Amino acid sequence: MTMEKSVNILVVDDEEIVRDSLSSWLEEDGYHVEAVESGRKALERLPAKPWDLMLVDLKMPGMDGIQLMDEVRKTHPDMLVIIMTAYATVDTAVKAMKKGAYDYFVKPFNPDDISLTIRKIVDHHKLVQENLFLRKELKKQYKLRDMISKNEKMLEIFDLARTVAKSSSTVLIQGESGTGKELLARAIHDESPRSEAPFISVSCASLTESLLESELFGHEKGAFTGASAIKRGKLELAQDGTLFLDEIGDISLKLQMDLLRVLEQREFRRVGGSDLIAITSRIIAATNRDLKIAIEEGRFRADLYYRLNVISIHIPPLRDRREDIPLLVDHFIEKFNIEMGKQIRGVSEGAMKILVDNDWPGNARELRNVIERAVVVAKGNIITETDISLPSAAGGANHRAKSLEEIEKEHIRLVLNDHQWNIVRSAQTLGIDRVTLYNKIKKFDLKKEGAAAKEC
Amino acid sequence: MDPWILKWLEKEMGDCLFSTVRAMPPVPLPPDSYDAVRNQYVSTRILREMLKEVPEDARKLLGVTDKDLCIPILTYVFGEAQLDGIAAVVSLARLRQEHYGVAPDRGLLLERLRKESLHELGHTFGLIHCPSRECVMYLSNTVVDVDGKGRTFCRACRAAMGPLSGAGREE
Repeated sequence: MTMEKSVNILVVDDEEIVRDSLSSWLEEDGYHVEAVESGRKALERLPAKPWDLMLVDLKMPGMDGIQLMDEVRKTHPDMLVIIMTAYATVDTAVKAMKKGAYDYFVKPFNPDDISLTIRKIVDHHKLVQENLFLRKELKKQYKLRDMISKNEKMLEIFDLARTVAKSSSTVLIQGESGTGKELLARAIHDESPRSEAPFISVSCASLTESLLESELFGHEKGAFTGASAIKRGKLELAQDGTLFLDEIGDISLKLQMDLLRVLEQREFRRVGGSDLIAITSRIIAATNRDLKIAIEEGRFRADLYYRLNVISIHIPPLRDRREDIPLLVDHFIEKFNIEMGKQIRGVSEGAMKILVDNDWPGNARELRNVIERAVVVAKGNIITETDISLPSAAGGANHRAKSLEEIEKEHIRLVLNDHQWNIVRSAQTLGIDRVTLYNKIKKFDLKKEGAAAKEC
Repeated sequence: MDPWILKWLEKEMGDCLFSTVRAMPPVPLPPDSYDAVRNQYVSTRILREMLKEVPEDARKLLGVTDKDLCIPILTYVFGEAQLDGIAAVVSLARLRQEHYGVAPDRGLLLERLRKESLHELGHTFGLIHCPSRECVMYLSNTVVDVDGKGRTFCRACRAAMGPLSGAGREE
């Protein structure tokens, strides 16, 4: 008895009796109907539901039906609108149709005519839904867990990752910031027989040498001042699972040596401990630095590099796979729609052009942030040019006002150079602690000019 | 309104819905329901008036009229009902063969009235139009549709009406 349609219809008419009778007539046919008395109210109700059809009276006080349709088109370009009028003139009918009305009805209309028209719209709606479903099915082929791409190189990476997942080999993932190195590491873990065991991630650049050592290996009670209890390190916590060492290019030479020993012997001791603990986890390391250059400059041990580089994956930057941008945009919109309870259906042609043309120095992460903001600020169910904010590409001209971040970066670089990159003194001058300074150095990708940096 | 037809409908509805049906004395149509330009009565206004007259012991109220009904947006309706509500109204005007310039057919008129009364009452039980042509809830905008559809509720619609309705033998 129930008809398989969840079609939402918004009726806009200033006459109460028309609203009531038309709503109840449509509801008897199983449609979800809401009726409002003015164009202004209709615009207010637009974001509330994914409307499939609007039945709009032509003559209304304030905003008339054509004006309302124009306003609706700005945010919902695909909205199907049927204009209703009691005053039949060829001119208004032509005008309505030219403005993009789906149909034009003169009141009162024959019940069979409107039934047929709405039936056509329902069929159209079903085709659209089917199309969406098929597009989603197609998209699945482009996916590896939370990663999505249709770029040939990326698809090869997905294949490689699926194969690698079955083994326990160490993997080194390289790629610029924001390309999805951790996502890939997680995908390898999730696809592997270790997926039930923990995935433990350590950001090597955010910790000082001694902290990182204790973080990785753990420590025994009394190993150092403040070590009041036994602490299990990340290597231990990741047993049987995966240990992800992010920004491996930033660890000190001493830790590099310790890590090399651990990888070779597959066992380690807690700091201050004597018992050997066997390693059963798989190690995935990642970096945005060029390790070969770091080796040449003496900042990275070649033997550790070869130990990590059993299987090497290089994720290309987003600017080298622009065909992925529309796919990622859809993917992020879908994600944020769910998170924020919004119903954004896509981006306008102009907005997509801006997104595809941008170079994305922050890669997919930057694109995600831009889409997140756009989903928040979008007024309708389509993201338009005005919803897109690209701080990294702002202006593009020679003259550009500096942001606070740029000034901060420049200031930190100057202070570090003044103190010959002595972290303690630089941190004192800046009035921040050492960990914060390390984080800033990492965030702004600051490097000591000339000699190799020993501290990070 | 022919009192014999009302008497006949009273018995038919009682048999179809397993319910006690009682005919009320005739009442005039509300004057504000008349649309002089169209020479028709607006069923929505009639329903509003009927709701003021619901007897305490009545669960549903069906109005029957000889007058041609419409709603402001449609050229005509055979009837109108409150979806999942109390009141419904049906008109005999367009169910008569004479309306289409053909000789009267009393048997056909009664059959159509029976179907449309059940259809509108079905809406008051919350039923929407049924995709099955075998069901009386199938959408019928013309008498051809009315004549072509089933005489009573399909199994799914009967189930959806719920146990309280006491509604409907399946034929």
